Amino acid sequence: MTRAAGGRVLRVVAFYAGLLVLWQVVVVLELWSPLLFPSPERVWAAFERNLSNGLLVEGILGSMQRLAIGYALSFFIGAALGLLNGTQRWADETIGTLVMGLQSLPSITWLPMAVLWFGLSDTAIIFVTLMGSVWSIALSVRDGLRNLPPILLRAAGTFGANTYQTYRYVLIPGMLPALAGGLKQGWTFAWRSLMAGELLFVTIGLGHLLNIGRELNNISMVFSVMLVIIVVGVAVDRLLFGRLEAWVSERWGFAHA
Amino acid sequence: MAISLTPAAAPASTPFGTREAAASEPTLLVVSEATRRFRTKRHDTLALDRVSLEVHAGEFVCLVGPSGCGKSTLLNIVAGFEPLDGGTATFDGSPIRRPGPDRTVVFQEPALFPWLTVRSNVEFGLRIQGASKQERHDRASELLEVVNLTRFERAFVHELSGGMKQRAQLARALAVSPRMLLMDEPFAALDAQTRDVLQLELQQVAARSGATVLFVTHNVREAAILGDRVVVMTPGPGRVHSEVAVALSRPRQPDDHGVADLAAEIRARLGGAGVADAEVAP
Ligand SMILES: Nc1ncnc2c1ncn2[C@@H]1O[C@H](COP(=O)(O)OP(=O)(O)O)[C@@H](O)[C@H]1O
Ligand SMILES: [Mg+2]
Repeated sequence: MTRAAGGRVLRVVAFYAGLLVLWQVVVVLELWSPLLFPSPERVWAAFERNLSNGLLVEGILGSMQRLAIGYALSFFIGAALGLLNGTQRWADETIGTLVMGLQSLPSITWLPMAVLWFGLSDTAIIFVTLMGSVWSIALSVRDGLRNLPPILLRAAGTFGANTYQTYRYVLIPGMLPALAGGLKQGWTFAWRSLMAGELLFVTIGLGHLLNIGRELNNISMVFSVMLVIIVVGVAVDRLLFGRLEAWVSERWGFAHA
Repeated sequence: MAISLTPAAAPASTPFGTREAAASEPTLLVVSEATRRFRTKRHDTLALDRVSLEVHAGEFVCLVGPSGCGKSTLLNIVAGFEPLDGGTATFDGSPIRRPGPDRTVVFQEPALFPWLTVRSNVEFGLRIQGASKQERHDRASELLEVVNLTRFERAFVHELSGGMKQRAQLARALAVSPRMLLMDEPFAALDAQTRDVLQLELQQVAARSGATVLFVTHNVREAAILGDRVVVMTPGPGRVHSEVAVALSRPRQPDDHGVADLAAEIRARLGGAGVADAEVAP
């Protein structure tokens, strides 16, 4: 590890250690009742308990499974919609405006409809997750295509590229940085929508664990599950999308990343 | 004659000898009475007014004129990017309808594919033509060598300097062995030193390959350095003013006397046509 990187890690560790100390201080000062604001120690205990009894693992797996299905659907539908709107003017003028409108709709507002259509089922939550992320993926792919310098299409033309080759060798690779950005944003929306959906349902998942905590009046459990949700979110963001961004900036240069 | 870099295809004279005026060669490009008009809400521009131009195989023709005189429009018509509003443009006997690998273009703007390495960019046209991996590789290696980019074959576009980018574009355009190379102010955005180097290299590449080149520039001296023939254009409306056949020996350098005299001659013609000195680069 380089010296600069070492310094960075040290700073981050120090920050979180400080936060933990602050938390402990607030608890010791008893500003709030321990029933409303648990100590780090009790939150850790709740975490360990839910880890050892399998609830957490089960919850994470349940949430991830729904997320994977909803997100994969978003990817295919969003990329297809984006390709259509990014290359066909008629589509952009019609479907494009609809996509823009739906993007501004908070995804949880789809829930009542989803419940009426699919009942209180996994499908309903997956639907909400899909609605949360599909539009932002579609929009970024569309923008990526629209912002592709027209000179690149001319360059492809001068070498005699046909329509299929123009898509395969120019349009699709050309929109990848935008797609990467859209996937990252789409993932954030999907994750939020999923948690919102799970909160309102009896089903196995992290959102539901939060609800159990509330029903048991167990503030430590609520805290610990929230921390897990944050950690999972950050981990996926860093591991998956961090890599994607590194790949994009290597190829396209930092200016475009 | 198709561009190939095998020695057999090179002219019998030395790579640096004067290329004989190619009048005896078949006429590759014939533009006749070409007219192109752009109508927008505010302007009605006659970008080309009955412009005629012929280019013979093996010739290096420079189109020079102040900005706005329709050089790019003419080149884009030859490339097949733009339609004509009047007149005809035929390439090798058939009307030009669309772009194609027989007339590849080197653009002024950054036109390399940023997601590809330099080598993959050079291979692009061959990939489109369905050449085998081996063929692509060999041909790209050859061209990378010609433009001195072998060391940078694995670099991505954003890692290249402006001059290297234009060299890579040249290699990419040559890789498919076009019958004519179209260049639209490819060196205009480069610093003076890099431009001098690339002008020299382009002369060498053209001499070695026997390439037919249509080269657009607003730089009078550049036209004098590169052209076997210089076609002088004037704006408002875009017209061909006159032509100069250039018999100077090659390689030509920017401060050769002959080049300076020719540049002065072209500038005088533009001045006589009412084009202010400031509109063309010296
Ligand atoms: N797409 C276009 N729409 C409207 N006017 C155009 C367009 N392209 C070129 N022109 C006009 O046509 C004239 C010739 O342009 P161009 O061929 O680009 O000149 P040059 O390359 O010699 O600088 C200019 O006056 C320019 O403004
Ligand atoms: Mg121009």
